[in-house]
Amino acid sequence: MNINLSQLPQTLDALHLALALAIFILLFLLVMVLTFVVISLLRRQATPAASETVKTKPAVSAEKPRPAGPATVVEEKPAPAAPPPKPVILREPTPDAALQLLGLFQNEARLIDFLQEDIASYSDAGIGAAARIVHGGCRKVLDEHFEIGPVRTETEGSRITLPKGFDPAEVRLTGNIVGEPPFQGVLVHRGWRATEVKLPQLSEGHRADILAPAEVEL
Amino acid sequence: MSEERRYAVGIDLGTTNSVVAWVDLEQCDRDQAPVEVMGIPQLTAPGEVEEKGQLPSFLYLPHPEELRPEDKVLPWREDVAHIVGQLARELGSKTPIRLVSSAKSWLCHAGVNPKDAFLPIEAPEEVTRISPYRTALEYLEHLRDAWNHHHPDKPLNQQELVITVPASFDPAARELTAEAAREAGLSHAILLEEPQAALYSWIQRTEGTWREQVKVGDIILVVDVGGGTTDLSLIAVTEEDGNLQLNRVAVGDHILLGGDNMDLALAYVVKMKLEQEGKMLDPWQLQALTHSCREAKEKLLADADLDRTPVVVPSRGSQLIGGTLRTDLTRDEVNQTLIEGFFPQLEIEEKPISRPRTGLTTLGLPYAQDARITAHLAHFLSRQVRAVDELEGVSLPTNARFIHPSAILLNGGVFKAGTLAQRILEVVNHWLASDDAAPARLLEGADLDLAVARGASYYSYVRQGGGVRIRGGTAAAYYVGVESAMPAVPGFPPPIRLLCVAPFGMEEGTEAPLPPYEFGLVVGEPVRFRFFTSTVRRDDPVGALLDQWFSDEIEELTEIEVNLPPEHHNPGEVVPVQLAATYTEVGTLRLEAVAKDSGERWKIEFEVRNQEQSGTSQPEPAAAPEPPPATGPETPVAETAPGESEQAEETDETAPSPPQDNSEENDNKAGFWPFKK
Repeated sequence: MNINLSQLPQTLDALHLALALAIFILLFLLVMVLTFVVISLLRRQATPAASETVKTKPAVSAEKPRPAGPATVVEEKPAPAAPPPKPVILREPTPDAALQLLGLFQNEARLIDFLQEDIASYSDAGIGAAARIVHGGCRKVLDEHFEIGPVRTETEGSRITLPKGFDPAEVRLTGNIVGEPPFQGVLVHRGWRATEVKLPQLSEGHRADILAPAEVEL
Repeated sequence: MSEERRYAVGIDLGTTNSVVAWVDLEQCDRDQAPVEVMGIPQLTAPGEVEEKGQLPSFLYLPHPEELRPEDKVLPWREDVAHIVGQLARELGSKTPIRLVSSAKSWLCHAGVNPKDAFLPIEAPEEVTRISPYRTALEYLEHLRDAWNHHHPDKPLNQQELVITVPASFDPAARELTAEAAREAGLSHAILLEEPQAALYSWIQRTEGTWREQVKVGDIILVVDVGGGTTDLSLIAVTEEDGNLQLNRVAVGDHILLGGDNMDLALAYVVKMKLEQEGKMLDPWQLQALTHSCREAKEKLLADADLDRTPVVVPSRGSQLIGGTLRTDLTRDEVNQTLIEGFFPQLEIEEKPISRPRTGLTTLGLPYAQDARITAHLAHFLSRQVRAVDELEGVSLPTNARFIHPSAILLNGGVFKAGTLAQRILEVVNHWLASDDAAPARLLEGADLDLAVARGASYYSYVRQGGGVRIRGGTAAAYYVGVESAMPAVPGFPPPIRLLCVAPFGMEEGTEAPLPPYEFGLVVGEPVRFRFFTSTVRRDDPVGALLDQWFSDEIEELTEIEVNLPPEHHNPGEVVPVQLAATYTEVGTLRLEAVAKDSGERWKIEFEVRNQEQSGTSQPEPAAAPEPPPATGPETPVAETAPGESEQAEETDETAPSPPQDNSEENDNKAGFWPFKK
């Protein structure tokens, strides 16, 4: 096919007529679409300002009432008068790990034996001897199952500065708490932090409630 | 395949604890090879699984009603039949009749067959016993499964693997260890001697600076006091092509004496003290006492200012305060018991005392009778005075009474107490001073509990070409006993002569030449040989025939047995064979009978151990060799003319006839198991 850009058609032939017609039809369609869009935009501004267009997902929005503030009222439904306050979820600690730890302390350190005994009738020497077992065993449990280090490494009694944005979970302020951080104060206790916990894994049918089984010698 | 071998793994299959260490081959660069110790999941209480760095080498056979099935779980298996590890040790401390301990020492015990299920010895009839071999296999399987649990896509059978054995393990015990590895699917495992592993661990820790810490001519003494055994080795430093070369030149005897003995000794001292106060201890309390004595000992030996430290034994009942016994362990007692008891200052001529054993020694482990580790050490050093004669660059003064170590590497948890390490050094330096030699020094920086496994994994890496290797080879020569041809004298067994089949210092992967002696073996009948070893006769070539020897230089091992299957031969036919010894790549000795004519080979079994070892009245080997015409061992093989083998056949017929041999064997077997009935 040869293309000659210097030539122009001499008359209005059938082909050019058809082209011109097509252009008109397309233009008309474009105007129609634009008008439609403008009208729908105008209609939307007329509804309450915060509502969201959820036409694409009407089913979801209808079934799922959003718990958050007034910004999420669905077009089809009127906004609830006052959303309920978010309930505070407190974690329920699982008893298993606690019982397991008690079991370890009993096994290694005889802690429960020690605490269940009435120490009033014993001499300090007797209690001291038992305390060595408890201390040695508890320490072994701590060493084997936890990595424990101080929260603050400074020496106790020294003055330290807490910068703005310190974590109140790590540092508890006491005494004359006024003003803005950075705070200046004396380190009273270094704190302890468990950096690692390695408790034994438990089998499916493990009875955590048995801290120490009864022993029967045959 | 090679890209899959990502890790070099070392397993320390210890008498009381097993450890697995590994090196990531991708992280290694020449002398830098970071070694990690693997956590081994194990039951620590019924139904509780925890990872520990060490797997106590204990196995417990629970009663069916004792534990619920869901309490006997591991991450990789439900309802295990036998319990291995910490829980086994704990349960066993209260129920010793179901506990298997020190299985490894039984592997190297002459007089029992380690594949017979007889452990625990004191178990009552209804307990299904287990063999020492199976026990070792179960430990290996546990370690293998633990590895595969951690590395599901890099299973252990696709990694480089080294398993350690005591340097004093005899060929049979090594072969059993290798066999257990094969049965666990780890047939590529290589064996390494534990003292060597300890030295490798030291080398790894120095990260290349070991070359500055030792020099040519150094003799390194490795003292490895484990929980149950003491292992001694000597390693000489030489030079080759400008590089330092390490040569393991000698290993000590198998001494069943270790750190556990020391804690037990202290516990007995304290027990006596308590009994004088009228307080009695039950066996469980003695165990608890041993524990607290170990801790008290470590405290006392670590702190020179401490004069006494309290020892408490809890009661078993729930009354803790009322029932607790308390006493003190004093410094004097520790010094008296440990330092004077186990590491006394003595002269180099001293030998370990051995009393004649009375009665049923085969029923128990042959624990060392003399607890003085320094006496064993003195004996070892004196015996091995010639160990470096053949090495260039290492020499002793001509009048030396013992081999002079110039450096000492200590291994084992016992030496966490620095006092004991210093004591060993003092004693050795005292001997050196009496020989006018320079004092030895301690090589520092070993990780006492885990060094063997760490060293094994490092060696596994070194085998890939990454660093220095210790030259080892066989640390003993091996002999078979042959009856000499002489007229029978009533009341005297015919004297035997020793034929050397494997010389000292065979390298891995080599085969010794065939000795110029033939034996006539009867097809279809098991034939036995008495088997001997010597760790001091270094110069006997293959084929050397000893008429005389000193009783302290040759030690008899368990008999070995060859059985010619009647596949290509007629039963009763006599086949002339020679004995061939190979030191395999794995690190085991393999003895084979090689047929003179066809070159066929039959393996000679080591683990025939159902005979008591003591007497000379044991059945003599069924085959008597025919010496070549000239009696000297130098006789060339060619001289053994075809006529010889005929003679051999004749002598064979005059030898005790095989059926008798068999019946005797059966009698012995039945007689050996008094504790089963």
